[in-house]
This record gives sequence, structure tokens and C-alpha cells, in this order.
Amino acid sequence: MSLDRIRNFSIIAHIDHGKSTLADRILELTETLSGREMREQVLDTMELERERGITIKAQAVRVSWRGRQLNLIDTPGHVDFTYEVSRALQACEGALLLVDAAQGIQAQTLANAYLAIENDLEIVPVVNKIDLPQADPDAAAAELADLVGCDPNDVLRISAKTGEGVAAVLDAVVERIPPPEGDPAAPGRALIFDSAYDQYRGVVAFVRVVHGSFRSRERLRTMATETAFEVEELGFFAPQRVPAPALAAGEVGYVITGLKDVSCLRVGDTITSEARPASEPLPGYKDVKPMVFAGLFPSDSDAYPELRDALAKLKLNDASLSYEPETSQALGFGFRCGFLGLLHLDIVRERLEREFDLDLIVTAPTVAYRVTTKGGEELEVHNPSEMPDDLLEVQEPYIRASIILPKEYVGTVMELNQERRGDFHHMEYLSEDRVLVVYDLPLAEVVYDYYDQLKSRTRGYASFDYDVTAFRSGELVRLDVLLAGDPVDALSLIIHRDRAYARGKALVERLRAEIPRQFFDVPVQAAIGSRVIARETIKAKRKDVLAKCYGGDISRKRKLLEKQKEGKKRMRQLGAVEVPQEAFLAVLNLDGEKR
Amino acid sequence: MGGIRHLYLHLPFCAHRCGYCDFVTVVGRRELHGRYLDALLAELELERELLAPELDTVYLGGGTPTFTEASELERLLAALPGAGEVTVEANPETVTAQLARLLRSGGVTRVSLGAQSFQPGLLAVLERQAGPAAVRRAFYHLRDASIDNISLDLVYGIPGQSPSDLACDLEEAIALAPEHLSCYELEAKPGTRFTRAHGQELARQAEAMEGYFELVVETLVGAGYRWYETANFCREGRRARHNLAYWLGRDYLGVGIGAVSTAGGLRWRNRPGLGAYVAALAAGRRPPRELEELGADVRRRERLMLGLRLDEPLRLDEVVGAFDPGAVGRLERLGLLERRGNGVVLTRHGRLLGGGATVELLAEMPANSPVAVS
Repeated sequence: MSLDRIRNFSIIAHIDHGKSTLADRILELTETLSGREMREQVLDTMELERERGITIKAQAVRVSWRGRQLNLIDTPGHVDFTYEVSRALQACEGALLLVDAAQGIQAQTLANAYLAIENDLEIVPVVNKIDLPQADPDAAAAELADLVGCDPNDVLRISAKTGEGVAAVLDAVVERIPPPEGDPAAPGRALIFDSAYDQYRGVVAFVRVVHGSFRSRERLRTMATETAFEVEELGFFAPQRVPAPALAAGEVGYVITGLKDVSCLRVGDTITSEARPASEPLPGYKDVKPMVFAGLFPSDSDAYPELRDALAKLKLNDASLSYEPETSQALGFGFRCGFLGLLHLDIVRERLEREFDLDLIVTAPTVAYRVTTKGGEELEVHNPSEMPDDLLEVQEPYIRASIILPKEYVGTVMELNQERRGDFHHMEYLSEDRVLVVYDLPLAEVVYDYYDQLKSRTRGYASFDYDVTAFRSGELVRLDVLLAGDPVDALSLIIHRDRAYARGKALVERLRAEIPRQFFDVPVQAAIGSRVIARETIKAKRKDVLAKCYGGDISRKRKLLEKQKEGKKRMRQLGAVEVPQEAFLAVLNLDGEKR
Repeated sequence: MGGIRHLYLHLPFCAHRCGYCDFVTVVGRRELHGRYLDALLAELELERELLAPELDTVYLGGGTPTFTEASELERLLAALPGAGEVTVEANPETVTAQLARLLRSGGVTRVSLGAQSFQPGLLAVLERQAGPAAVRRAFYHLRDASIDNISLDLVYGIPGQSPSDLACDLEEAIALAPEHLSCYELEAKPGTRFTRAHGQELARQAEAMEGYFELVVETLVGAGYRWYETANFCREGRRARHNLAYWLGRDYLGVGIGAVSTAGGLRWRNRPGLGAYVAALAAGRRPPRELEELGADVRRRERLMLGLRLDEPLRLDEVVGAFDPGAVGRLERLGLLERRGNGVVLTRHGRLLGGGATVELLAEMPANSPVAVS
């Protein structure tokens, strides 16, 4: 297909603004799928995505419209996957900017729209859900026109649900979005914008061919990770895989590599031919590093092998997930895992629990700290228990957070950000009553229930997006929790000095309430180094007997004691102290409840 | 002939069902006393071959055994096999001079008197029929009839009770010089009328329970009683031999509605329904029962949990497999348990924490025997 008959585009939209519904309509209207084959939200394959209404992995589907080949590249919709989004956008020449007529532009949409504009994409603004009674298409169109810099009359108005206006959207894709540019004769170069693992065929790369062409059975290699492989099959999605003899410049499709390790094939990397390699990779490759870390432990320590296997399977499809074994005295064997962000953590946790039927304890998330010791050693710390005692300096990651919200909530959100050690950057009015507030915040402050706070303080009207921008030095300390004099490794955390006292007090109070009384007094302490900053005592129990036991009671009392014995299995033995799992969960959830 | 030496007979009839009671009881129905007794004796006859030729103990429990029509009670006592210890439970208001003589002449050697408290207000809360004067009167009637082995039941943790109330109860009980005392914390079952009526106060009492228990032990031991079982105290040589049989893991036969028997690898419980019980036995059949198989491992676990309630050493060689050897040292270090000979015994502190100490000492359950949730 000649380049000028191809259009590559994606849809930028906030969660629930109708991206998947519009994709469904496009598949129907272009007769890519018959109605019978049509399922709701075809592009979101995973069960979890369907439930959360968000897209985790990008996919691409090829449709025909008025003699043109249209490739719709789906993008992940969340802040943690910014880099993946940027690569998906890189594979396109244009994007539909889809906004809910009742809700207007949200922070993520804005962030992704800026990404698209930075990538020189042609933006086609679309207002969706015009059929809703509370829709205000004029206001939404005005916001969009202002953002994109076009005439409000050029903003399309549709209802993806009813199908109204969807044909005009496809027409606009053909008319407004430019065809790809590329040199079909040059050495082959293709951008990997996503990958997936097929258990029978190995790693599948999703690619946009920029120059040249690739054929089945051709020997290829990646330019950054320098992995060589032979193409087992290539083709495009309709939306199932359709094999093709070749993929040419401008086209979007998949390449089955036969590779077994997804980390050999990184998003953003360039594929070229072994026989006739390109001299330069495509620009923009970045090795994405995890920013948020947490310990994942099976509630039932016997489930450790299952957790290990499950993580290995998830990793096949998720190159940005990292993990290494971790042993905790309190929680047993588990893994220290690195995530792109909090949502990424949530998704991994949910998939482990749902798809692998694991019951997990997740320690308080922490960020990556850059530490310099007094001995001049520099290291990156992902786990509070690794924090050395002889600190010279600790640097923590800062983010630039963009929050879009109705103006009446500006005060409360600024208050929240001040509480979270935020620095105000700037603020602007997007429309008469919607405001963009930009703050620099320590990432560590955001991983502790920031989203929930933001949501509750703005009644769900705020949207949030961030980028990690810098590391800054901070007054950070390690706060330890001691039970009967021994530190509980799983409960240590790194915290700003000003916060340590209140948090330490809350922690020990909660533990005192959650840990049942033992045979002896148990002091519960919070300490910074050797300095105890809060203390409570779990008083020894003085009486624990079954009142009476005669011939008629024996079975029942025996079962009662056996049940208690069984219950002790769920207890963690910390020195001589028995701590129920629930106590850990309660303390680890402390931040979710009060602060 | 079998070898069971301990017989329990259940007499369910009561004048009134006390709000906190969770025993199998039947209120009123005097017209049924005779037929029930016939059934009881018929069941005894059906199971007689399980019993040894000479019994060690017989125990008549209830309900209120002494509420049973006097003539019927007399008939029952006459029909019972003889035993070294024959105990009858009695409610104070039912004990007249005449009844006391009837018991004595019927071969009763021991009476367990349900005093519960000596405070009129607290007795009213418990819906007991007898006042403190009736308790004392009953006690003297029994003494007058030459019954020289009397046990008093006391309950603590009663809604409205204070530590000084309990101290008074103990003092009053000691003043009567009973040979034996059983002191129980009030167990109010969730969802009962009693619990609904006293919910908040029961929660307050639960907090005070540890203090009460310590007070009971201190006072009675101070008065020279032997704390020989978690909730039982006696003058030397006056342990309740029948109950001791339970705690030592002996076999026993129980007859009557709701009664439980344990023999060899089997435990069975008669269903509580009175009509079905009487009908089955009138037709010469065994009453409806629930069966529970007891493996040797289960009996060893029971032996352990019951044996730790006593002040005598529990021989570890009798409970091999039922205990966690590592826990012995742990409990010793905590001052909760002592080794004595080839056995172990809980210390005074350990006995106050006997439930938890037992759970600690119990071996982990084998994986293939999931715990039944009752």
C-alpha cells in the first residue's frame, strides 16, 4: 500500500470518556467485525481492563475506510504508563482528542494531548456523549478549541454510544491526519511501541514500520538491546492476528519473534534488518526505571513458590515490572517489587490475587532514594530496611503534578499539597470555572493515599497527572517499629523528620490495639535510630481459661482449642511475640484510613 | 460385661428456665416425669452391658434433678446400680428436710447445690428462684440428713456484680464450710434473651473477669481449699470423683436427653428432644443420637487439654503426639509450666492462663484432619 493511502492514529481520552466505545463503533462501521463478533470493548482484552474500564496494554487494529488503510493504535490510559503512551503516539501521525461533553478536559487527557502536540501529531478534537442530558458540548468544544488552537466549529460532536457522528470522525481521520512519511527503499527500521507474550509463540512485538520493509523469515535485531531473532510470522490486527507476507513503511502490525524473554524487546527500541542494518536507531528510546517499590509477601508462607511463578508470568507481559527475592523476619519469604507507579502496583497486586488466586500482604510503598553515606558511598535504596545509619544526604524523587479541578476546590487541594510538602509552581484557568494547578511534590508523599485524599477533597472532580522531574535532598529518616525491643523489619519506613513523631505515635497505637495480649507485657515502640519517639505497652493477659468442662462439653471445647491452635498458624512469630496477620494489614493500611 | 465405671443420668425438668442457662432443660411437664423416668431406666437397661459390674461413680445432673416428683426420684434412686460416689445436683429451693432424707436413704453420698450467689439482687438477675436464706436452709437440711459431702456452685461476672459482691459470696460460701466449691464465670451465649437484656453490662463484666478469677483462687486457696481443677476447689480428699473421671479421660456412659457418652473410640450424644426420646425407648429402641468417632490421636489431645486443668502432673508419655515438645520449654521459660517427674503441670500463673497455655502446648493438627467448625 502506498504511503499516502495510510493513516495511523490513536485516541487520547480520559478513563470513561468513551475511547473503547468509539473503537467498537469504528470496528462496526468499517465492517472489520460483524455485529455477532462484536464484543463490548474489543480492544481491552484482559478481564481486569474490562472491569476497571482502562487499557493496560496497547494494541493496534487495522480497518479500511473509503479505500484507505487506517491503523488505530490504542494507548494505555494512565499516568504510570506515560512512556508507553509516548511511544504509541510516536507511531502515529495524528490523534483523536476525545472528551466527555459533560466533564471536559481532564489532567491525563491534557498531559497526553501535550505529548501528542510535542510529537507533532495532528490533533482532531472530538466531543463525545453529546446525547447525555447533562452534556455541555459547547463548553467542552470551547475548551478543546482553546487547547488545540482551532476554531470551535472544527470540533467534532459525536455519541459513540449511539454511533452519531462516528462516520464523520473517520472522514476527518482521512482528511485531516497526514499520511506517514518514510523511505520505502531505505534499510528497514521499525519502532516497537508495545510487546506481549504468547505462551505458544513467545514474544510478540507491536511495531510501526518507519522506513523500508520487513518480511517473514527475515533475520532481524533490536538496536538498543542488540537482540537478534528470526521473524516467525508478521502481519496486522483485524483485530485478531492476520498474517501477511510483509510489513512496509508506514504500516502498523505485529512481529512474532520466538523470543522467550520479554525484557529483550523494550518499548521504544528500533528493529532493523541483520542483512542490511540501518546505521541509526529511531529517536526516543528510554530505559524506563521503576519508581515505586513495595514488598509482596504471600499470606500463607507455603504459597511462596506460587508467588514466584506468578511474578515470572506477569513479567513476561510487563517489562517494567521488576522483582527480587526479599526475606522479612516478620513476613517470611517474598519479593521486593519495583513499579512504574502506584496504579501499576495496584494492577500487579490485583492480577496476582485474581488471576493467580494469591492472598498477599503488601508492605507500605516506598520510592527510590538516592543516599550518600558519611563514608562517601552512593547507593539507591528501595527498601527502608536497607537504609544505612551513617547518612550524609538522602535525595528523594520529586514530581511535577498537574491537577485539573473545578475552581471551588482549589483551596482544599492547595492545602493538601502544602501538607504533602508540595511547592506551588503555577496555576491557570482553563475555562471560567476549571483550573489547572501545578505543584512540585515529593513522590513519597503521593504514594501514601494521595489519590484518595484528592478524590475525597474534590468529590471526585479533580484529575491528576505527573512526571518525575528531579531528585532533591530532604530531611528524611528511617522510622523503626520495635516489638518487645526487636525491630519489625516489615514496618520500617522512610519518612520526613517532621512527620516521624505523628506517624510513629499512630503506628504504635494501632499495633497496641491490633496485637492480642500475650503471656507477658509487650512494649511497642517507634524509634529513629536509638531514640524512641513513641511507646505503648500491650499488657499481659491475666486470665485465659475455658470456664467449665464436663462430659457433655468435651468435644466442643476440644474443637474450640483446636480452632485456636489452627488460628495460630496465621500468626507471625516475632521473637516471643505472636502477631496476627491482621495487625500487619491494619498498620500497613494506616495511611489509607487516617493521616 | 463392659468396663465403664462412670454413669451420668440427665434429669431435664426445671420449675423455670433461668435466662443464662444453656443446658438441656424442660420446664414444667410434671405429667411426663414418670414416663421420662421409665425411658431413662430403659436406656440404662439397653446399655447396661457397657457398664462394669461395680460402678465407681453415678451422677444425676440436670435440669433440676431434685425438681423431679419425689416418688419418681425415689424410684429412680432405688433402681440405680450402687457406686462409691453418688452425686445429685440440687437447686436450693427444692431441698426440704424430707427430700434430703430421701436422697440419703436412696444412697446419695454427695450433693452439688446450685447456690450461684448470696446477693438477692444478683440472684434475681440470674432469675434464680432461691434467695440466700433458702441456700443456707438447703445446706443445713442436707447436713441434718448426714450428707457429709456437699459442693456449692458459685457464678461470677453477673450483671451488676462488683468485686466486693464476689468477695461477700465467697465469704458466705466458706462460712457454710462445704467440702467442695465450683466457681464459674457466667457464660452468656450471644443471641439469648439474657445477653440481649444485659449486653452492655456483660461487656463491662467481661473486663472485670480476670480480677474475679484471681480473687476466687486467692480467697479459696487462702481458706485452705485445694484448687484441684480450673474451676473446682475441695477439702483434701473430697475431689469430685465423677468429674475427675472426665478430666482423666476415662470412659463414661450418659443416659437421658442430651446426655453424652464416651466409650473406646466412640462418643455419642442423645438428641435433646423429649418426645422422640420417650417414644423410642417405649418402643424398645435406642433414642436418636449423634455419633462422633474419636481416634486415638483425638483422645490424646483431649487427655492433654483436660489434664492441664488439674493440679496433678499430666504424664507426657500418655499424650505423645498430642503436644509440641518445643512448647514445653517455651512455657517453662515463661513461668507457666513446670516439669514434675515424667509429667508437666501448669504453675499457678499458668493455670490462670490455662486455655492459652493449652493451645500453645497442643501439637499442630495433622494436615489431613481438618478442624471441624462447630
